[in-house]
Amino acid sequence: MSIPDSSANTASDSTSDVHAPGILLAAKSINKDFAEKRILENISLTIEEGQIVTLIGPNGAGKTTLVRVALGLLQPDSGAIYHRPKLRIGYMPQRVHVEPTLPLTVNRFLQLANRQDKVLLSNTLKDLKIGHIEGQQLTAISGGELQRVLLARALLRKPELLILDEPAQGVDLAGQAELYQLISEISDRHRCGVLMISHDLHLVMSSTDEVICLNHHICCHGKPEHVTNDPAYLSLFGAKASQNLAVYTHHHDHEHGIGGSVKEHKHD
Amino acid sequence: MIDSMVLFFTTNFVLYALVAGISLALVAGPLGSFIVWRRMSYFGDTLAHSALLGIALGLLTDSNPQLSIIVSCLVFAFLLTLLDRRPSISTDTLLGILAHSSLALGIVVLALADSVRVDLEAYLFGALLTIGNADLIWVLVVVSLVAIVLSVFWNDFVSITVHAEIAEIEGANVNRLNLILVLLIALTIAVSMKIVGVLLITSLLIIPPAAACSMASTPEQMAIRASIIGCVSVVLGLISAFYFDVPVGPSIVVLATLIFLAFYFYPSVLKNRN
Repeated sequence: MSIPDSSANTASDSTSDVHAPGILLAAKSINKDFAEKRILENISLTIEEGQIVTLIGPNGAGKTTLVRVALGLLQPDSGAIYHRPKLRIGYMPQRVHVEPTLPLTVNRFLQLANRQDKVLLSNTLKDLKIGHIEGQQLTAISGGELQRVLLARALLRKPELLILDEPAQGVDLAGQAELYQLISEISDRHRCGVLMISHDLHLVMSSTDEVICLNHHICCHGKPEHVTNDPAYLSLFGAKASQNLAVYTHHHDHEHGIGGSVKEHKHD
Repeated sequence: MIDSMVLFFTTNFVLYALVAGISLALVAGPLGSFIVWRRMSYFGDTLAHSALLGIALGLLTDSNPQLSIIVSCLVFAFLLTLLDRRPSISTDTLLGILAHSSLALGIVVLALADSVRVDLEAYLFGALLTIGNADLIWVLVVVSLVAIVLSVFWNDFVSITVHAEIAEIEGANVNRLNLILVLLIALTIAVSMKIVGVLLITSLLIIPPAAACSMASTPEQMAIRASIIGCVSVVLGLISAFYFDVPVGPSIVVLATLIFLAFYFYPSVLKNRN
């Protein structure tokens, strides 16, 4: 079992100094096998404060495995994961199955994360626009509402790093754009880092700082507009996907109002 | 009729039975809820069956029967938790093998040790009306301990049951909490042997929560209502045992089942979900 030594597999140049103050999480040369099959191969990446890192890749590329390793839920076979000391992570898993025999309101579910801070709870409900379903059973709400509830639970930990496994699944198209916008705002407001898996390339691109294209190893990485022109990306997703993306990768220095009017967007 | 009832309930052995049964039903509500939520009823069965092996081993080593039941239940619970962490083995099959082999082994060992006469039926189906001072103290001590640990770790237990990984990221020690919960179940099963017996213990743990789940909107409501349903079953079971001259343990289970069926088919009776 030889580990290919390729500097192209390194997603960030700053991995040499993982103890730099702004670094929340760093993975160094991660390898992970399942049933003799290499799922993750020599993965290195870092996430800094306020940085949004998006993992893309085909099904079975090891995205969820990488997230679980980054969270510390799964031990890598080799390599190391560094978390900033006392790092608070908010985690939104891909699937949440609630036993039909377990009665659980949205409110009670959220209280599992933080029982003390009632103000934070009501503010988070308001921010995510899920206040009206607070008293409903978790099994009775829609897929889109469930994703927001899961995001709320992650936020109630006052996270420094948000790790989101396909946050927009089951959400309708308009809701998806809104959800990614929300994640981007949260990251801005709290200076929190975000690591997320997404299939919705065209929606994620505009709010992402760094894209990592994963297919067991890191195929390519960098700014969204750089990645979409990378030959490795094109061979994985096809040129058509890239053309579709081109429409969306314009610079966002303004927002569109409902009628299409342009609103100024202030950057600080 | 009222007079005879009053007399019945103030008789010493009935009073003992009532106190033991009710205190057990109180912790069986929340604990059984976890068994239902986590689909562990087969696990509970296996533990209960292993308790019989505990009695047999206790007789062979000439130690306190209640203590040997508790120790064997705890050891079995611990072993089962270890096995459960190795997902390559089918847990279902493994539990099936362990449950019935330990039951069979227990009965065989009891039959071989024929120097001591053991009332097998009492252990299989319970003998609530024969419990004495020492039995009652065991029940009360264990029930109080279980109740205290449950209330201390309640939020954590619910959290790891709803989603273990989120709970772990939020700082819960999932493996340790799982082990504590399993040991609580083992302890409760160990002391309830005399009350409902090896073959019926799991039903006392899972039927009241199953009855309560359709009319609760939070885990806490379900647990409390399960406790109430359990207590009602114990009291009504004792009364019907008195009137119809039938064994107490099975009547308690029959009563609980009737309550379950009533809520199952007429959930609107007490439903306030949403």
